[in-house]
Amino acid sequence: MQSIVSSYHLCLPPPPPVLRHRLICQSLPPIRLPSRRSPTSLRLFPCAVSRESEMAAAAKEDGQDPRIPKIASSIRVIPDFPKPGIMFQDITTLLLDTEAFKDTIDIFVERYKGKGISVVAGVEARGFIFGPPIALAIGAKFVPMRKPKKLPGKVISEEYSLEYGTDKIEMHVGAVEPGERAIIIDDLIATGGTLAAAIRLLERVGVKIVECACVIELPELNGREKLGEAPLFILVTSDAA
Amino acid sequence: MFAAENGLKGDPRLEAISAAIRVVPDFPKKGIMFQDITTLLLDHKAFKHTIDIFVDRYKDMHISLVAGVEARGFMFGPSTALAIGAKFVPLRKPGKLPGKVISESYELEYGHDRLEMHVGAVEPRERVIIIDDLVATGGTLSAAISLMESQGAEVVECACVIGLPEVKGQHKLKGKPLYVLVEPSGLDEF
Repeated sequence: MQSIVSSYHLCLPPPPPVLRHRLICQSLPPIRLPSRRSPTSLRLFPCAVSRESEMAAAAKEDGQDPRIPKIASSIRVIPDFPKPGIMFQDITTLLLDTEAFKDTIDIFVERYKGKGISVVAGVEARGFIFGPPIALAIGAKFVPMRKPKKLPGKVISEEYSLEYGTDKIEMHVGAVEPGERAIIIDDLIATGGTLAAAIRLLERVGVKIVECACVIELPELNGREKLGEAPLFILVTSDAA
Repeated sequence: MFAAENGLKGDPRLEAISAAIRVVPDFPKKGIMFQDITTLLLDHKAFKHTIDIFVDRYKDMHISLVAGVEARGFMFGPSTALAIGAKFVPLRKPGKLPGKVISESYELEYGHDRLEMHVGAVEPRERVIIIDDLVATGGTLSAAISLMESQGAEVVECACVIGLPEVKGQHKLKGKPLYVLVEPSGLDEF
């Protein structure tokens, strides 16, 4: 999916087609386990580094996950897609880098394994690429959240806003049960509209959203704010310029 | 060819996979018995069996690339690719892939559609498998094969979870081997 369309319009000339990714600075709240065990603290990525060329060395020094720089640099940026002014974050190049793709999945799996998560929901279509490998590795089911009329049989749907107009995502009735613990996966969070709709859909049927997980965040678009109580975990952030 | 005819006869995993697939009548239109693999994805064991069977088959075939057809091919392709150490390439509907693409058209019941792939995703002489959830007429897979061959890649096999009756007895699609796990499920009796 992409919901990049919004107020993401550059006033500056587009930068040269060089990846401009930086490591995120995260102090993440611990994931709460369902039982009386003490929460596991997952403090990854303690510091931010701003220059791509120094990422790897800095990562090692600061104790950051050394897999992140390679993941970040494997993502290609395509200017002016789907329309002028948008710098499109293309994860297909990450999928062509077997080590980077494996590392991406490993990081998510390490984070979510053994946390009582029984549902991995993935948003169409790029969420379908990252979600199933994670689901398989952590022993969870995979639930696709799809554009209208793609899922056969009974569905529930949730509307969300686009720059112009609205769209819907759908999920099968009965795919999930009340009380299940879920993560929602997509390749990227921009405005957060789609993820927010996915959260609402799952919460409507009594599912607890443990976390939303994306490879990339576009922080200038403030997608996090739309997610309510649900935490957001990301590997890479990207700026426009 | 069907997995049961190719070394997996009597394999209980195939039965579990078949049982996990739901049939939805009259979708997307009247008369079509839609083979819904989403229930397979909800069954962790059966989903794992599916990937394990593909991985066991391809892991020693020196496959460098797994291509998956949008969108349900995305649900099976990446896990297979990761397990065999291959790249994953999404084959998409028009207008979805950014940057330079090549495309191939294929026939629908009424009209045509197109499948696109990134220029440079596949290199000449790469050994490729193409994955989708289901093969019916083989139109989409044939287009995918054409895309691969246009880049000089060798399609080793096409792999699908479900093969409709039209392909039974056919071992090849556009000259390429076809590997299918199960036949369509019948309608559940209540």
